[in-house]
Amino acid sequence: MRILYFAWLRSRVGMASEVVDPPATVTDVAGLLDWLATRSPGHQAALADRRVVRVAINQDYAQPDAAVKTGDEIAIFPPVTGG
Amino acid sequence: MIRVQREDFDVGGELAALSSGDRGIGGVASFVGLVREAAGGGAVGAMTLEHYPGMTEKKLAEIEAEAQRRWPLSASLIIHRYGRLEPGDRIVLVATASSHRQAALEACAFLIDWLKTEAPFWKLEEVGGEQRWVEARDSDDTAAARWRR
Repeated sequence: MRILYFAWLRSRVGMASEVVDPPATVTDVAGLLDWLATRSPGHQAALADRRVVRVAINQDYAQPDAAVKTGDEIAIFPPVTGG
Repeated sequence: MIRVQREDFDVGGELAALSSGDRGIGGVASFVGLVREAAGGGAVGAMTLEHYPGMTEKKLAEIEAEAQRRWPLSASLIIHRYGRLEPGDRIVLVATASSHRQAALEACAFLIDWLKTEAPFWKLEEVGGEQRWVEARDSDDTAAARWRR
């Protein structure tokens, strides 16, 4: 599973992307964020306030209960500010 | 048509191209977004736009398809820049062409409102030598929400 980070989430996590292999107990977006937050103090800080964290699975927006699986591209980023 | 690019664009040329060759077009509506100098707490020296290559194009294409579904458009165009920009620089161009003005004007407003809440772009402002990420505005969500069905 490939994880991409953008904007201040990238700065706080300290990397733009990583390939992870979460345990089988991680089945949805919320579970994945909980598990990623344990990986480092940077991850924990970046993912602390879930109200300002958006997630896309394979380039489509996903809710916390959306299923995640091996091979997915998961992007994690703040609310968008383009235009 | 969707274009995500670092380079500037020529508004007049783009609008002329959008309606050329289709005599059924009666009006072209457009919105041009610029880098504003004034920000909360100081003057913006520059801005860097980051995006999510791949998802950006996908979302913009979806938004454009939705506009085409809702209004009888003859043509539409979204150009969004990324990279480092300075106050006064153009960021985005949205243009719509239709046989009548109402469809063009409404679709243009819809496109920019939805783009601002759906397309994965983020602005990093430089203010007084410091960099800070621009926060999303509730007013943008409100503007987009009026088009929900």
